[in-house]
Amino acid sequence: MSAIRFEGVSHRFDGELVVDDVSLELTERRIGIVGANGSGKSTLARMINGLVTPTSGTVTVDGLDVARHGREVRRRVGFVFTNADTQIVMPTVREDVAFTLRRHRLDAATATARVDAVLDRFGLAELADRPAHRLSGGQKQLLALAAVLVGEPAIVVADEPTTLLDARNARRIAEHFATLDEQLVVVSHQLELLESFDRVIVMEAGRIVADDAPEPALDAYRALIG
Amino acid sequence: MIGVYHPGSSVLHRMPALAKLALLAATVTATALVGSLPALGIVAAATLGLFALARIPVRVAWRQVSPILWVLAFAVPVQWIFAGWEAAATMGVRLVLAVALAAVYTMTTQVSATLDAMQVLLRPFARWIDPDRVGLALALAIRCVPLLADLVREVLEARKARGAEGSLTALAVPVIVRTLRTADHLGEALMARGVDD
Ligand SMILES: Nc1ncnc2c1ncn2[C@@H]1O[C@H](COP(=O)(O)OP(=O)(O)OP(=O)(O)O)[C@@H](O)[C@H]1O
Ligand SMILES: [Mg+2]
Repeated sequence: MSAIRFEGVSHRFDGELVVDDVSLELTERRIGIVGANGSGKSTLARMINGLVTPTSGTVTVDGLDVARHGREVRRRVGFVFTNADTQIVMPTVREDVAFTLRRHRLDAATATARVDAVLDRFGLAELADRPAHRLSGGQKQLLALAAVLVGEPAIVVADEPTTLLDARNARRIAEHFATLDEQLVVVSHQLELLESFDRVIVMEAGRIVADDAPEPALDAYRALIG
Repeated sequence: MIGVYHPGSSVLHRMPALAKLALLAATVTATALVGSLPALGIVAAATLGLFALARIPVRVAWRQVSPILWVLAFAVPVQWIFAGWEAAATMGVRLVLAVALAAVYTMTTQVSATLDAMQVLLRPFARWIDPDRVGLALALAIRCVPLLADLVREVLEARKARGAEGSLTALAVPVIVRTLRTADHLGEALMARGVDD
């Protein structure tokens, strides 16, 4: 597994402290982050691939300082957003998955084979030539995940990937998460998604207030939010 | 012309986008130069043949070509009055042909193939403009059409639900705010997907 390391990381938005002196080493395979609205989860997750640069402290991925080596880090870290709509760039499903591979400069045959394999794996093969924006919400999120995984990242970070989905589609995403070989960091309010994870971190007002196996951590979180 | 790619495996689908673009440009130019109605009739027959070759259903083809008829309903009578029926007919047929030929192109060509073709065409100018950037900008412009359409529809519905149907403020403010926020999210997603590489 890769190592994600936070060392004395704080972040302020307009003077307001939203991440408060966090130090963490994430080496487990599947890690969940929970916490109340505004507790700083998204900010923390975004720091892993450099979408947010900490005001102080450092974040490293496999020893690479995210602030200085953003591009290399983003090749290793795939990011799944809550709203797949703003993640889709190209007009059709196949083209959007292929878009990720542009930066890999593969030859056409290899790229096509990789795109086809991923489309197959996510049950999107029949939809390959459909306009991506006309997919259902669940299909869009599967597409977003497929488009991330085709790049073969070492780490996948997902910020509330199932929030906009119904129970069945949320379960499908969860099932895909369970089969991933990649290291996974998931922010979620859907606690059952994290029950089978290796480690769960609880945030409150920018600080880590619990960091444990899922059961005790989720219990602590439930007690916290009453 | 957005999202109208009609999947298939015909000769036209498989033909390189650059070749199709060249043919399209040549044919449309030719119809503009050819004056006689019989000659245009031959081109029209050939165009129908292309639709058949690409196996595009009549209904789908009609949806692409029919909007131009609204323009013709106005332009042809005007032309008739000022320049006679023959000039009016020639103009009408030319316009329909141009739209139909362009439709054959868009329905048999994926947007990414068009972008790749554009990048090839722009390569001689690579010293001044980055073909990759231009391609991406075009792809994003195309992507933003359905995104904005959805956004405006949602805001219109919300405005209605809150009983502010007539209010321009209740339309403009949320549309602008949400457009900016969407642009922000799209920018982040592009960065996460490696566009800054
Ligand atoms: N771009 C920004 N500019 C200013 N303030 C921000 C920005 N992003 C987040 N914040 C603020 O930082 C705090 C933490 O936000 P963050 O999005 O990390 O919380 P979260 O735990 O993900 O919440 P939620 O569960 O609602 O998604 C909030 O008070 C929020 O208002
Ligand atoms: Mg959040």
